[in-house]
Amino acid sequence: MSDLFLSSIFEQNLALSFFLGICTFLAVSQKFETAFGLGIAMIVVQAISVPLNHLIYQGLLVEGAWAWAGLPEIDLSFLKLLSFIAVIAAMVQILEMLLNRFVPALYYALGIYLPLVTVNCAILGGSLFMVERQYSFSESVVYGFGSGIGWALAIVTFAAIRERLKYSDIPAGLQGLGMAFVVTGLMSLGFSAFAAGGAP
Amino acid sequence: MKQAYAHLTDPLIKANPITLHILGICSALAVTTSVSTALTMSAALTVVLVLSSAMISAIRHHMPTAIRLIVQITIIASLVIVMDLFLRAFAFEMSKRLSIFVGLIVTNCLVLGRAEAFARRNPVWPSVLDALGNGLGYSIVLLTVGTIRELFGVGTLLGYEILPLVENGGWFRPMHVMLLAPSAFFIVGFLVWVIRSLRPEQAETPEFRILSHDETAQS
Repeated sequence: MSDLFLSSIFEQNLALSFFLGICTFLAVSQKFETAFGLGIAMIVVQAISVPLNHLIYQGLLVEGAWAWAGLPEIDLSFLKLLSFIAVIAAMVQILEMLLNRFVPALYYALGIYLPLVTVNCAILGGSLFMVERQYSFSESVVYGFGSGIGWALAIVTFAAIRERLKYSDIPAGLQGLGMAFVVTGLMSLGFSAFAAGGAP
Repeated sequence: MKQAYAHLTDPLIKANPITLHILGICSALAVTTSVSTALTMSAALTVVLVLSSAMISAIRHHMPTAIRLIVQITIIASLVIVMDLFLRAFAFEMSKRLSIFVGLIVTNCLVLGRAEAFARRNPVWPSVLDALGNGLGYSIVLLTVGTIRELFGVGTLLGYEILPLVENGGWFRPMHVMLLAPSAFFIVGFLVWVIRSLRPEQAETPEFRILSHDETAQS
C-alpha cells in the first residue's frame, strides 16, 4: 500500500511521466499562489473521484454487475467514459455547493479552481488508470490521494521555478512556452530518477 | 473560397494548436514513443474533431446556451467511445499500446476548444475545414516528435531499421533516454523555439528585461 502511495506521487507522477493535465499545468503556473490553490483543489477532487468512480464502475458498469436483477450478461463497461465525466462534473458541482455552505473560507480560496479541475485530463486519467490496472477499493483510495498529491507537488514546484525564470535572460523564441517545456523536461528527468532507484 | 482555404491551412504552422495555443498537449506527448502510435492517435483525434465539429455546428441553432457544454461533451464522448471500440475491434494490439489515451481525447482541450471557439458560431462546411486543419496541425507536431523519438530511441521508423544498430553489425547505439518522458518535453520545447525563431511575431514578450550596464548608468 505504501509502495503504491509513494510510486503514485513520485515514480508514476501523472503530470511528469504520463503528461496528464499538462495544458492546465502550463497555463496556471504563472503565480505561486494560484498554483498552490489549484494543487489543493486537485488533491481534494482526485481523492474523492477515483474511489467514487471505482464504486460506480464495479457496482453498475462492469460485466455481471446487474446479475442481481436477473441480467448477468449485460456489460456496460463501454459507458465508463461518459459516466466518469458525468460523475466528476456532478461531484465538483456538489463539492462547490457544500463548501459554499459549510466552509466559506475554503470556498473562496478554491472557488475559481474547482470548475477548472473538471476538464483536467489528470482527473479522468486517474479514474481510467484505476480501471485499467484493476485496483481494489482500498487501493483506489490510496491511488487517488497519492496521484493528487503528486500532481500538486509538480505544479507547485514548477510555479516556484517559473517565478524565478521571469528575471532571467532567455532567447526571444524560447521565452514563455518554450522555456516552460524545457523546465518541465528537466523536472521530469529529476522525477524519473525515483523510478530508476526503485527498479529491481 | 480563399477564406475557407485559410481555415484549413492556418492551423498547420502559423496558428498551430499545440505550439501556439497550448491546446491538446495532454494526450499528445505520451503516445509519441513510436511513429505508429503517433499516427493512430493523430488519425483518431482528427476523425473525432471533424465529426464533432460538423455535428455541433449542424445543431448550433437548436442548442440552448446554458447547457451547451454538456451537449458538446456528450457528443464528443459518444464519438470517442465509438472510436475506442472501433480500435479495439480492428486494431487490438494498437489499442492496448495507446492504453487510456484514446479515452482521454474526451478531455483534450483541442476538441472542446474548437467546438467552443469555432463550430458553435459557424456553418457546417467552414467548421469541418477548420477542424480538419487543426487536426492536421496537431498531427504534424505529433508525427515530428514521434519520428525523432523512434529514430533516435530505437533506430527504426514504423518498425523498419533506418539506422543500423550495433547489435546487427551497424554503428548506431540507441539512445534510451529518447523513449522516456523527459525527451518529449525537450523536443516540443525546441520545436516551439524553432517555430518562434522563424516567426518572431509569435514570441512572447518578457515581463522583465535585464538592462545593460550603459542603460543602468543612464537611469
